[in-house]
Amino acid sequence: MTDIRYLAPTTVDEAVSAFAAATGAASILAGGTDLLVQMRSGVRKPGTIIDIKKIPALTAIEDLGGGAFRVGAAVSGAVLAEHKGFAKAWPGVLEAINLIGSKQVQGRASPGGNLCNSSPAGDSVPAMVAAGALVTIQGPNGKREIPVEAVPAGPGRTTLTPGEIVVSLTFPARPAGSSDAYLRMIPRTEMDIAVVGIGVNLTMEGGVVKAARVGLGAVAPTVLLVEAAAKALIGTKLDDAALEAAAAACRAACNPINDKRGTIVYRTKVAGVLLKRTAAIAAARAGGN
Amino acid sequence: MNDMSNKWIGTRTIRPDGADKVTGRATYSADNTMPGMIWGKILRSPHAHARIKSIDTSKAEALPGVKAIVTAKDFVDFPLDKSVMLGIQDMRWMARNVMAKEKALFHGHPVAAVAAINEQVAAEACALIAVDYEVLPHAIEIEDAIKPDAPILHDWVQHEGKPSNIAGTMVLKTGDIEKGFAEADIIVERTFTTRPVHQGYIEPHACTVSHAADGRVTIWSSSQGQFMVRAMTALLTGIPQSNIRAIPAEIGGGFGAKTIVYLEPVAVLLSKKSGRPVKIVMSRDDVQRATGPAPGSLMTVKIGAKKDGTLVAAKGEFYLQAGGLPGSPLRGPVGCSFAAYAIPNILSTGYDVVSNRSKVAAYRAPGAPHGAFAAESVLDEIAEKLGIDPLDMRVRNSAKPGDKAIYGPNFGDVTFIETVDAIRKHPHYKAPLDKNPRPGVKRGRGVASGFWYNAGGESSVQVNITEDGNVVVTTGHPDVGGSRASIANVVAELLGIEHGRVNVIIGDTQTIGFSNLTGGSRVTFASAMVATSACEKVVAQLKDRAAKIWKIEAEAVKWEDGMALPAGDNAGKFPPLSLKDLAAKANEMGGPIGNQTQLNTTGADPGFATHCVDVEVDVDLGIVRVLRYTAAQDVGRALHPGYVEGQIQGGVVQGIGWALSEEYLYDKNGKVDNATFLDYRMPVCSDVPMIEALVIEIPNSKHPQGVRGVGEAPIVPPLAAIANAVYDALGKRFTALPMSPPKVVERLEQAD
Repeated sequence: MTDIRYLAPTTVDEAVSAFAAATGAASILAGGTDLLVQMRSGVRKPGTIIDIKKIPALTAIEDLGGGAFRVGAAVSGAVLAEHKGFAKAWPGVLEAINLIGSKQVQGRASPGGNLCNSSPAGDSVPAMVAAGALVTIQGPNGKREIPVEAVPAGPGRTTLTPGEIVVSLTFPARPAGSSDAYLRMIPRTEMDIAVVGIGVNLTMEGGVVKAARVGLGAVAPTVLLVEAAAKALIGTKLDDAALEAAAAACRAACNPINDKRGTIVYRTKVAGVLLKRTAAIAAARAGGN
Repeated sequence: MNDMSNKWIGTRTIRPDGADKVTGRATYSADNTMPGMIWGKILRSPHAHARIKSIDTSKAEALPGVKAIVTAKDFVDFPLDKSVMLGIQDMRWMARNVMAKEKALFHGHPVAAVAAINEQVAAEACALIAVDYEVLPHAIEIEDAIKPDAPILHDWVQHEGKPSNIAGTMVLKTGDIEKGFAEADIIVERTFTTRPVHQGYIEPHACTVSHAADGRVTIWSSSQGQFMVRAMTALLTGIPQSNIRAIPAEIGGGFGAKTIVYLEPVAVLLSKKSGRPVKIVMSRDDVQRATGPAPGSLMTVKIGAKKDGTLVAAKGEFYLQAGGLPGSPLRGPVGCSFAAYAIPNILSTGYDVVSNRSKVAAYRAPGAPHGAFAAESVLDEIAEKLGIDPLDMRVRNSAKPGDKAIYGPNFGDVTFIETVDAIRKHPHYKAPLDKNPRPGVKRGRGVASGFWYNAGGESSVQVNITEDGNVVVTTGHPDVGGSRASIANVVAELLGIEHGRVNVIIGDTQTIGFSNLTGGSRVTFASAMVATSACEKVVAQLKDRAAKIWKIEAEAVKWEDGMALPAGDNAGKFPPLSLKDLAAKANEMGGPIGNQTQLNTTGADPGFATHCVDVEVDVDLGIVRVLRYTAAQDVGRALHPGYVEGQIQGGVVQGIGWALSEEYLYDKNGKVDNATFLDYRMPVCSDVPMIEALVIEIPNSKHPQGVRGVGEAPIVPPLAAIANAVYDALGKRFTALPMSPPKVVERLEQAD
């Protein structure tokens, strides 16, 4: 039998030094909804588990005003769903986070964990990419901030350096007329994994798109920021031609594989279909904001 | 005694297993432990097809904590040239499925087993077993296995004089097929494929086994037949049946797949070698790779009809996957596909195809859903081409009582038309359907019917009156679909007492007489029949006791509302004697009151079902959702309507999964690529609508309560009904299942 050490530090500094000291033999435990499953199936065998839920900053939700929020990396989907202000400012991000796993899993699963698990199909990631969220990372060499899309390096791999921990996600302030949406294609109606997931974040002014960001998941080794799709939307009234151009940009950005969850042809087609549907939802929401 | 004035039969009494199941107290296979128990683990083949040249267990045996290791050489040898049958199972194949002998025939095939002080040590020991494999080319799909140059799995299998992967055939015919087609005004011929689907029970296989020093064996496991567990274990280990006590655990789903053994004989031999109780529990991964599933199929059906819709000829060729060893359920498609119809000329042929995948197991109406998918799709196409309502077409061609069925006997009652009529008259079939509700969304409606044999067979029951005047009923059948609740209703009715005074339990192999498997839609039919017979004998005993007390003739006593009464004025005037009164006087009046009845039951008439379904298709994403589903079935008599509806709804849900999302996926090395519930996509609750079960009760005249089997017919029509509905929505026929989103999109982009 292999013994596993369990640590529950109460400050980020303690967590970072324990993590660094373990030199790769430790795993960070936020909600654990990926880690524990991976341990049971033998994919991961950590010598030390560092539970970060006892660190106040990791479970805090801060309203920074003007639609800006800082969300601790270990905040669970269920807790975030109860925050009225966040739901109003970032409905797309919230719906994406709330699609992780099941109702039961939502009590534990966190956006920080979903990001660090680095699955190209992670539901929250395309929405957070579209939101332009920044990730605060702390490690042995101090703090740094990078965009969400810079965290995943490939399936199951991140750009974090040894000893680094994701502390929080900061969502930027946003002008009136802004909103977002997330849609995913799954064969079932729930309890499934995205074949394609897409987040669209829009700022509308008089029916015209002033700003746009598009995050596209499950069609490449990492979640993509599709700037060409955003560009195709900006300055338009989301007419059919603009939506088709953005859909084409999404299809062009796809670099998927044929696997048990979907084919290259199917995933590529669906990326375009979902862009149009997601943009329509985001625009309708933005009109009300 | 069977009418609508029944007090308990036909009512929704509280299920006897309910409280234990919802509170987590029910004891399933994996819940048993014993003092000194150790853990067994199976080493499985990492190759889809390989000759086993040698197995060296010496390093594993040397590992501290390892208590026993077994391989095929420890089991009873079943030579290839001598068939030993137990029911429909050939022990030559069963033995080789439980433990690979000459060859590993699929990825996950057991090749050795270890018992050790804990699961970790057992796993380490498995890794230390050195198996020298000669890896061979493999074939997974039927199309690949029947190619002339396919890798041959078994050199002793010959078809048409040549080595082949076609291990068997079955032919049923009537009339003159060529003459029949010559008479037809319209002929439609299509080729269909379905993918293997797993039964998907929640409870993985598990067992705890004790082989005591005196040679007596106790097995705790869940199955669809404790007597099957005993018999197969006896055959494979050489231990006499009288020394094996198989105790049935509560079962977490079987659907046919738990009618064979995987672990019990292995655990028995590990326990015998180690002298310790041994427990083995499969993982979900093991279950998906190495148990079940239902076969995949390749089928061609050709049907000819007159302009008025009269069917004149039908031909079917059904290739079914057997898995690595022979034995696919050919009688399902070959016998059932055309059985409900009076077609004068039929030629129906089945081919049993071995390939490098896990050996198939029974799954509700084995093989019949496959054949119905093909035949009922072709019928739908003919009806459409002739401009005839598809239900009218089925009524016009229904088999009649007395007709000779294609599979042999003459039909008694045929209640097919009643199921069609129930759908025809139902508001669902008449409701308008907006076929273009929103841009990019199409809707359609489809119907299909299904046939299943049903079965009788051996059943034993004991009805014992307790000393305080209550009732304990012991049956020999594991309860997978409500048999305890149904039998409690019957016994309470026949004895005329409150339902709560009847306790139904399932006996083990040492405490109740032989009872055949829970399967074939037979258990409620058979056990109600033996329970009725036993109750009649108990009532006779009770009347006899009352007569003795009153010193009158037994014929002068009647039994009513749980009491003995003088049959009439001539019998004299006596206060009634209740069951409690008679139980209290039992010993002075002749001894304990009770009866064991054992019968080989007959008279199980076949089951008919007709279904109607509305679907909605998201055209751009290819997603098919079921909006509304109505399923009509003749059940004879619903002893417990809640369970009957549950059987129908459950069959439909499994059919929806089969039609739309479930399939086995293999990688290029012949390994199952989706051995999890995440990627093996069974429907979840939100994927299915409320399914309306139209329970038709036309009593089976050959059964005391009129029971007809229920559990299998409802999985027969859904595949075709859904495919017909998708055609109605999209104008394209789907001949390949599942109709999963990528395949729907692909099909929509094809011409025709």
